[in-house]
Amino acid sequence: MKIKSPKDFWSGIMFAGFGLFFMLWSLEHYQMGTAVRMGPGYFPAVLGGLLTVLGLIVLAGGLAVQGPAVPQFHFRPLLFISVGVVLYGYLMKPLGLVGATAALVYVSAYGGHEFKWKEVTILYVILFVFSWLVFVKGLTLPFPIWPAPFE
Amino acid sequence: MEIFHNLIIGFEVAVNPINVLYCFIGVILGTLIGVLPGIGPIATIAMLLPITFNLNPVAALIMLAGIYYGAQYGGSTTAILVNIPGESSSVVTCLDGYQMARQGRAGPALAIAALGSFFAGCVATLVIAVAAPPLAEVALKFGPSEYFSLMVFGLIAATVLAHGSLIKAIAMVIWGLLLGIIGTDVNSGVLRFTFDIPELSDGIGFVIVAMGMFGTAEIISNLELKDKREVFATKVTHLYPTKQDLKDSWAAVLRGTALGSALGILPGGGALLASFGAYTLEKKVSKHPEKFGKGAIQGVAGPESANNAGAQTSFIPMLTLGIPSNAVMALMIGALMIQGIAPGPQVMNEKPQLFWGLIVSMWVGNLMLVVLNLPMIGMWVKLLTVPYRFLFPSILVFMAIGVFSLSNNAFDVLIMGVFGILGYVCVKLECEPAPMILGFILGPLMEENLRRAMLLSRGDPLVFFTKPISLGFMVASAILLVIVALPAIRKKREEVFVED
Repeated sequence: MKIKSPKDFWSGIMFAGFGLFFMLWSLEHYQMGTAVRMGPGYFPAVLGGLLTVLGLIVLAGGLAVQGPAVPQFHFRPLLFISVGVVLYGYLMKPLGLVGATAALVYVSAYGGHEFKWKEVTILYVILFVFSWLVFVKGLTLPFPIWPAPFE
Repeated sequence: MEIFHNLIIGFEVAVNPINVLYCFIGVILGTLIGVLPGIGPIATIAMLLPITFNLNPVAALIMLAGIYYGAQYGGSTTAILVNIPGESSSVVTCLDGYQMARQGRAGPALAIAALGSFFAGCVATLVIAVAAPPLAEVALKFGPSEYFSLMVFGLIAATVLAHGSLIKAIAMVIWGLLLGIIGTDVNSGVLRFTFDIPELSDGIGFVIVAMGMFGTAEIISNLELKDKREVFATKVTHLYPTKQDLKDSWAAVLRGTALGSALGILPGGGALLASFGAYTLEKKVSKHPEKFGKGAIQGVAGPESANNAGAQTSFIPMLTLGIPSNAVMALMIGALMIQGIAPGPQVMNEKPQLFWGLIVSMWVGNLMLVVLNLPMIGMWVKLLTVPYRFLFPSILVFMAIGVFSLSNNAFDVLIMGVFGILGYVCVKLECEPAPMILGFILGPLMEENLRRAMLLSRGDPLVFFTKPISLGFMVASAILLVIVALPAIRKKREEVFVED
């Protein structure tokens, strides 16, 4: 078997995988009920089945018809942007706005094309002060500003 | 005349100084993010949504609406001057607008885009005022089966209008529906797909999904390209179009407005589709189709009028049926719910101030845009010289603040990150995120109406085909699917979207 259209092939795998998971999980864990009184499992099981079928059709198409390759993944921005964002969330409570903003700005900027400490530090200071004044002071969002021991 | 009475109510609300101020903030913010590539109205409105909790409902909606149509104005400025669509709906404006700028006619191109948008905005405001009340009247008679069929129609229309493969678009919708029902089942109280994570028991917030799929995913994709942006016409001279320009473009403005207004009402429609449709139409009717792509003013006038008209008329299904036709409208519904207002046909009768105030404010906002934007073009252009390496961390900070503030929970930010990765994968595999978002919003609503309809009909699925309105939607959906499957149309559909 040769993959002729990788984009369609992998999309098909993705759809069929999620569909199968939703369908089997609902069949296993939730009540189906009847068409008159649908249980919590009815709708997701039917939709999961449908998604699986569609995924298999897309997958079959990927094996039958010639198509473009999947463009290259750029892991550097993918990794640094995602990690930066998640760090922001998890560092907010322990380190406050000052620490969370630092993590997000430095880590995500490192995922870009060029990273200069000086530039990024200036950007960080501006963004921290701006978030503090506008969101915490101005719009009264209940964010801690400083790390937990200093609050 | 009732419509005048209604418009007067709206006018009184819209010219209230506080509301004018929020309208102003909205359109300025909208223009700003419209000018900046890499951040769109969806992410912006999503960011501001939690903040609107502290505003009164009318001011909140006026501001958020201003962001959406303001972005249409801003997007065209970037398209014309830099050949980068600030907004996806201005992709086609690049084709002829940038060519005009290269020929030294940036001024007239910008002016025609602004004037055409203003004209379209005025007409679309009237269309909403005329079309909304009768539609709401009909919608009051809708039962669960009608609502279900309407949503089926909406989702099918959304897939037909998405670009790329139809099957993939349908699969994305279904995936969205499945993700939408994560959380507590309202009928049985059973926790579905929550995997014992307490934060998931209320479901995944729509704002979080939208920010991930459209926000972080877009930034990651942008970072693949080298940061290279040349601002072409830093000095815009001769802003005013010549008589010949006006003569060439008035018909295109009219056609664009009409087409945009019609396409905006369709579920899945809105600004993006309207601009693509209008460009194709202009090329069709022109006596000199060879001039398109080389600086034809009709190629700017038509799509720019159409995207503004479409942006505004897409409010009609949201305001009258309580059903979002695109992701921005879904956010508007979110804004209504934050304020404790259940969206639906009853809003017009119960909150006339809100309804008519919002509509008239769109006209006020368009006026502000045309008056403010033409003189301010120089400033917007300067903004474009800010390198992306400063912009993207700033956008990320604002998005993270927006998501974190939803419930002061790190888990929400994690989910945004996950959807960012998922969105990036979808971009790579050419799976459109827009239909998925629509499915995500409609998931719980659809299930609820399906259950109710089946209960009322005692399990007879024919109920969707025996009631006239419901049957109408089902037939319309079937026709849409058949049409798209026809080889001739399929080719056409691909052509329209290959234009970029």
